Amino acid sequence: MKRLLDQVMIMFGREPKKPAQITERAQQLHALKRMTNKDEFKAAKEHVRAHQQVSHKWRNRRWAALLAANLLFVVSFYFDIQILEGALTASRFIGFHLIDLNSALQVMLAHKHIIVNLVIGTATVFVFWLLVGGRSFCSWVCPYHLVAEWAEKLHLYLVDKKLVSDQNINRGLRSAFWLVFAALAWVTGYTVFEAISPTGILSRALIYGPGVALLWVLALLVFEVFISKRAWCRYACPIGLTYGVVGIFSPLRVKYKLEGCFHEGDCRKVCLVPHVLDTVIKGRAADTEVPIGPDCTRCGLCVDTCPTGSLTFEVKGLSKLI
Amino acid sequence: MSDSNEKPVAAKPPLSNERRRQARRRFLRTVLLTGGVMGAALSGYLPLVYAQKQRLRPPGSLDEHDFLASCIKCGQCVQVCPVQAIKLADLVDGFGVGVPYIDARDQACDFSCDAVQCVLACPTGALTYKKPAFLPVREGAGLAGKPVLKAKEKDAENTLNMTERMGVARLVRPELCLAVKGKGFKGTARGDAFKGRMRYMDVDRWKPIHVREHPYDIEECDLCVRECPIRGAISIEMTYAIDGTRRKQPVVHEPCVGCGVCEMICPVEPAAIVVEQREVWKV
Repeated sequence: MKRLLDQVMIMFGREPKKPAQITERAQQLHALKRMTNKDEFKAAKEHVRAHQQVSHKWRNRRWAALLAANLLFVVSFYFDIQILEGALTASRFIGFHLIDLNSALQVMLAHKHIIVNLVIGTATVFVFWLLVGGRSFCSWVCPYHLVAEWAEKLHLYLVDKKLVSDQNINRGLRSAFWLVFAALAWVTGYTVFEAISPTGILSRALIYGPGVALLWVLALLVFEVFISKRAWCRYACPIGLTYGVVGIFSPLRVKYKLEGCFHEGDCRKVCLVPHVLDTVIKGRAADTEVPIGPDCTRCGLCVDTCPTGSLTFEVKGLSKLI
Repeated sequence: MSDSNEKPVAAKPPLSNERRRQARRRFLRTVLLTGGVMGAALSGYLPLVYAQKQRLRPPGSLDEHDFLASCIKCGQCVQVCPVQAIKLADLVDGFGVGVPYIDARDQACDFSCDAVQCVLACPTGALTYKKPAFLPVREGAGLAGKPVLKAKEKDAENTLNMTERMGVARLVRPELCLAVKGKGFKGTARGDAFKGRMRYMDVDRWKPIHVREHPYDIEECDLCVRECPIRGAISIEMTYAIDGTRRKQPVVHEPCVGCGVCEMICPVEPAAIVVEQREVWKV
């Protein structure tokens, strides 16, 4: 419970720190890694490296799911087949209401009146993302995430050429934005955030055709390429935080196993939210197995990249059942 | 803060100049991102403050401020409209970005769907058959009775489920009006390139066709009256002009819901009759 609370606070913006309590078994493993002969350890590491098969399994699955979800909206409208009508902010899947949690929140706060369809759609989406991991919405559905991933590749190329460097920003800013936009909706009576939400803008641009609003999305991408890596998703987007909160109690998550890990940090390099992987740093794991916190988008890049299989997807409770 | 007095100052190691510079830069970047995002967000106010874009909203919409508050910007109303009258606004509408509107001159709402499908599609009640009790109806916005749809006149249920008007049509350029001039009209109402569509009951009740596929040949122009979808909303009347001469002209009556078909079909350029969005009926 303490650990979960810590993970939640880290999601809200606190910097992770070394856990105060480490289980005995984990302490033994940490000690063992320190005592092992350096050369043997290095040889083992290189052996694993030599046999590592670079996989894009989860990334490919995720991109396929993301494109399928967004294209289903487009195809539904274009051919008028009425499978998935609307846009990401609100839609109907074969007639059944689905409403984005953050958009619903904005409308409820601004309008201060909630109709039945809004409740049905919001509840359905809430339960769905509770089951499949909260912020998995970000990496598996949000169209901005995909373009930001491509922008990140460009950013990393420029970093490699020493033309730019990643400038980090205070992560607490996202929590502040969440509060400010909630307050603005309530006070002004306008869904202020919806006007600049790149998720909504991109989704509507795909379905109903492009508009001037795409310039805002472009500005965000330029900022991310030249100044701060993945800045919108990391430091600003209140949608991510809303889904993050939903994911606190989600059974689907990435699990870290201490034993086989060489603490090389490949996972932290590819991660959108490296603070959730603080536990993989040498000596930081509080237990032999640590579930990754709710800010994790379940994108699976760390699972793909880990040479030792120390990071895997797990469904809480399911492994015990089987 | 209180315990900082008790502890010696040395408890916190002094920052190196480099660290301090980094911290300051990080703070500046945080301010930059905050300012950028908040600036972009609040610039949404500008179009509302200047109110240059008064939009005709789809039928059943709440009053403008409530409409902007409750619309979730999903475009489901756009998808169900059989004549594609509804469009989504762009960034120039500020907080109205992604909110539906109708450009009546391009494509008016002609109630081809019979049941006001956009209202049925709306998930948040921004478009609604029944306004919640706490939202007042502006005086003159409410309709005296449920509008009778000419297309459904012979049906058992012949009304449209609308309680408030979208606006009111007004003859703003009588000097251009063919009826006022006593002229007839022959040809396609809006030219052969016009993309607008409408349902013509004598062609097909369920399938709207292009206006350009339905040419007219009439002795005295009465297109706005002839194509108005609502019974008793407009008629050609004999009136007195300012100089005392008698003339014929279209006169709008109380049942007008402000759908904009008269504006779309008016064959002169610019249209002699237009819908004034959000206008109320004044006696």
